Amino acid sequence: MFRSAGAETFEIRQLADLKRPMDALVLPGGESTVQGKLLRELGLFAPLRAKILAGLPVFATCAGLILLAERLVDDPTVWFGVLPVTVRRNAYGRQLGSFACRGPIGPDDNVPQAFIRAPGIEDVGPEVEILSTYNGRPTGVRYKNLTAFAWHPELTTDLRVARRFLDGLRAAD
Amino acid sequence: MSENRAELNRNLAQMLKGGVIMDVTTPEQAKIAEDAGACAVMALERIPADIRAAGGVSRMSDPAMIRGIQEAVSIPVMAKCRIGHIAEARVLQAIEIDYIDESEVLSPADDLYHIDKNAFDVPFVCGARDLGEALRRIGEGASMIRTKGEPGTGDVVQAVRHMRKMQSEIRRIQFLRPDELFEAAKQLAAPLALVEYVHANGKLPVVNFAAGGVATPADAALMMELGAEGVFVGSGIFKSGDPAKRAAAIVKAVTNWQDAKLIAELSANLGEAMVGINADEIQTIMEERGK
Repeated sequence: MFRSAGAETFEIRQLADLKRPMDALVLPGGESTVQGKLLRELGLFAPLRAKILAGLPVFATCAGLILLAERLVDDPTVWFGVLPVTVRRNAYGRQLGSFACRGPIGPDDNVPQAFIRAPGIEDVGPEVEILSTYNGRPTGVRYKNLTAFAWHPELTTDLRVARRFLDGLRAAD
Repeated sequence: MSENRAELNRNLAQMLKGGVIMDVTTPEQAKIAEDAGACAVMALERIPADIRAAGGVSRMSDPAMIRGIQEAVSIPVMAKCRIGHIAEARVLQAIEIDYIDESEVLSPADDLYHIDKNAFDVPFVCGARDLGEALRRIGEGASMIRTKGEPGTGDVVQAVRHMRKMQSEIRRIQFLRPDELFEAAKQLAAPLALVEYVHANGKLPVVNFAAGGVATPADAALMMELGAEGVFVGSGIFKSGDPAKRAAAIVKAVTNWQDAKLIAELSANLGEAMVGINADEIQTIMEERGK
């Protein structure tokens, strides 16, 4: 998605990958249990958390939102724990509960949003800005250097969300 | 099934990419698999090696057993129905399984027709030995493909054969002239629109995993090298000496399949691998089921 939007990207699979210069970090969709475990066991967790706390801009979707959250409902696990929100995993149920909809995000209207076994944002801290909602509940948030969505901007060909994020990086430079 | 639903189902497979899906028979095994980093589990009563040993007719698992596993883990849960068994598939949809595997590992219920998977809301994964078979299944509505390999053997040779064949056929289709695609679709016995997709994109329109005979971290890395987007491990884990350790090692081997040094570390002291059966010596050829 970010490559299509004009950014250079690379995958972080091991510690050596973190030595490469980066302007922002993407925490993509997947299974948060798998990602969290691999981050820990491949020694990526602490250095990445330090980078995030130092202000590295982060773009997180679905599982990425779970990794960032300060609290999970009915689950004592906390991964990075840097985003003041409470998240419920699989909030819409199993795959039969997965759905797609369209909605506004900031100035952009009618943005396609795919929720795949998606998490729900139950509660947000006072300084958290809400970017998108579904049925009145927040589904996308921004807090300091962190942007996170419960749905998957990366699964559509609509690049507006990615472009806004990249524009934000350039503006901050 | 609406176009929207088909897209959502293909998207779930996208989320599994780069991961390992493990066969489990109890909630305890499911928990071990989840803790080891499995991106999904396949709930079944008997793993393929035991199905092979037991012989007889092999059917869909008891829904109570599948529910037990759904309750034990938060990752997606898959389950198998027999090829062509529409009613078993409906039962699995009714208990809200995340993915149905219409699988040659079970005894086929229909020796001619596969299930019309477009008629379901729940996603399906199907086995294939070559490009034509993969595209026929996708035409019927499968939203994920895996190689068939030869399940329950611990012998990776068939999975390798199927993945190599599929990938080389994809490359061949890619370089045909557009006016040669009609004949190619005829030869593959596959829908023309899907052959055109492969020609334009150089890949299947759905995620493609390897399955059937993967037993070691190096086996998993080999399948990734050959173009798999993830790996199913059936009997290889819970038929081995130290399932938790082997499961975690295979997950890491898939994530970093190009790092031979890491795979060397992961392969060390794993305990006994599953007892392999040479794929040439077996009586029941599962890959022949459903074409």
